[in-house]
Amino acid sequence: MAYSEKVLDHYEKPRNVGNLDKNDSSVGTGMVGAPACGDVMRLQIKVGDDGIIEDAKFKTYGCGSAIASSSLLTEWVKGKTLEEASAIKNTEIAEELALPPVKIHCSVLAEAAVKSAIEDYSKKQKA
Amino acid sequence: MNLPIYFDYSATTPVDPRVAEKMMQYLTPQGHFGNPASRSHKFGWDAEKAIDEARNNVAALINADPKEIVWTSGATESDNLAIKGIAHFYQKKGKHIITSMTEHKAVLDTCRQLEREGFEISYLNPQANGLIDLKELEATIRDDTILVSLMHVNNEIGVITDIATIGEMTRSHKVFFHVDAAQSAGKVPIDLAMMKVDLMSFSAHKIYGPKGIGALYVRRKPRVRIESQMHGGGHERGMRSGTLATHQIAGMGEAFRIAKEEMSIENKRIEKLRNRMLAGLQDIEEMYINGDMKQRIAGNLNISFNLVEGESLMMALKDLAVSSGSACTSASLEPSYVLRAIGRNDELAHSSLRFTLGRFTTEEEIDYAIPLIRSNIERLRDLSPLWEMYKEGVDLNSIQWDSH
Ligand SMILES: Cc1ncc(COP(=O)(O)O)c(C=O)c1O
Repeated sequence: MAYSEKVLDHYEKPRNVGNLDKNDSSVGTGMVGAPACGDVMRLQIKVGDDGIIEDAKFKTYGCGSAIASSSLLTEWVKGKTLEEASAIKNTEIAEELALPPVKIHCSVLAEAAVKSAIEDYSKKQKA
Repeated sequence: MNLPIYFDYSATTPVDPRVAEKMMQYLTPQGHFGNPASRSHKFGWDAEKAIDEARNNVAALINADPKEIVWTSGATESDNLAIKGIAHFYQKKGKHIITSMTEHKAVLDTCRQLEREGFEISYLNPQANGLIDLKELEATIRDDTILVSLMHVNNEIGVITDIATIGEMTRSHKVFFHVDAAQSAGKVPIDLAMMKVDLMSFSAHKIYGPKGIGALYVRRKPRVRIESQMHGGGHERGMRSGTLATHQIAGMGEAFRIAKEEMSIENKRIEKLRNRMLAGLQDIEEMYINGDMKQRIAGNLNISFNLVEGESLMMALKDLAVSSGSACTSASLEPSYVLRAIGRNDELAHSSLRFTLGRFTTEEEIDYAIPLIRSNIERLRDLSPLWEMYKEGVDLNSIQWDSH
């Protein structure tokens, strides 16, 4: 299968790989997917007092498109409010990376990862 | 050294230049282009001579009688002809067939078709090392069993089935024995005067011959009958009609001739390269070799790198032409059914790579591949949340994953 240039770029130079302290109350962690299905994404966001995402990190086990989707997402969520970040659609990710139909699930997973990270953060705020 | 490096000799091989040279003699107006079935002129006789020579060369590699060789379009057709041919000819004797879960699709899908026609198939589950338990096989044979069909060498994990012993067993039970030898001819010694195999499938393109040509060995003593699948001019003693593809057959014959001559030296060379590659990868953490390492052909190395996803690894290794058991790389959405059948979980099946080495593999290529593989596994593990959890001692099976 041929990969788009953007997928290759993110795959070869993934942005924002790493960890944020998952016990920090300003950090939200989302982990989606399953090893048996061949992809697991972990996305973490750090939210400032102003409600804006100031940092994001990821680690992904999965194919090149899954790695690229999560890498791209960390770039996109930074500087966004939680509301703006949760409005990111998988179709936008798929379009930006020119994912072929068989790889759409990677972008779906990425969207789920952001939502899950935001949910985790919101839960911590209520606690 | 040219990139990418070809490590996929079990998928297909390049045609040996000596074979290509031979094939070229049977195509053009200056060559022997005649129809080998033309009995009335020299064009036909010359072509027939080429067919006879090739038949002798194929038979010689496996110590068979040339009259026992039936040309086909490849191992897929040979498997179909053998299995359906026996099933349809002997169905009055019984409708039970035994095969294994790790056979090539050419056998499995043929068996599925026979199931639809009312035959009953038993699929043996190999042991964790990929090999069939001979006691289990014997216990599966029934009064109405007509055929056992097992591959000699598995295309994914390279393990070698003990067909000599199984032949004794099937013969004593008066059951026919078909062997798919697409991956073993020219790699493992085959002696059909000794081995009690009744039918054997071959393909040229796995042993440096052209694609689209193969053969089926059909034993004459004791005689094995098959119902033909292709009807027409009655070629190949009625077992497979169709004008013989002289250049393809000449190529296959030459490939088998070279294999007989060079096999033992070639195997030693390839095994050394394979072991060099293994030595260079062996100490990688969480690597698992798939399939028995002793009862295995020289050129196969199938490894799962746990917690690295196969497709991303293949993408990183774009300078290496390898194949993977990962679902992403195949048309189906299931990871390798062979690795699943030998008890590997989905994760390990997803993270497997098959390296198959061959005639044109060099030490330089192996030495280029090793550090490339090592550094990319490290890179991808640094990217993997699963690797991080594993290193922290988290039991990945204890986590509730949301499957999708
Ligand atoms: C074990 C086995 N059987 C059958 C085949 C099919 O052979 P062919 O491509 O000649 O039809 C292959 C090759 O893919 C094989 O490895």
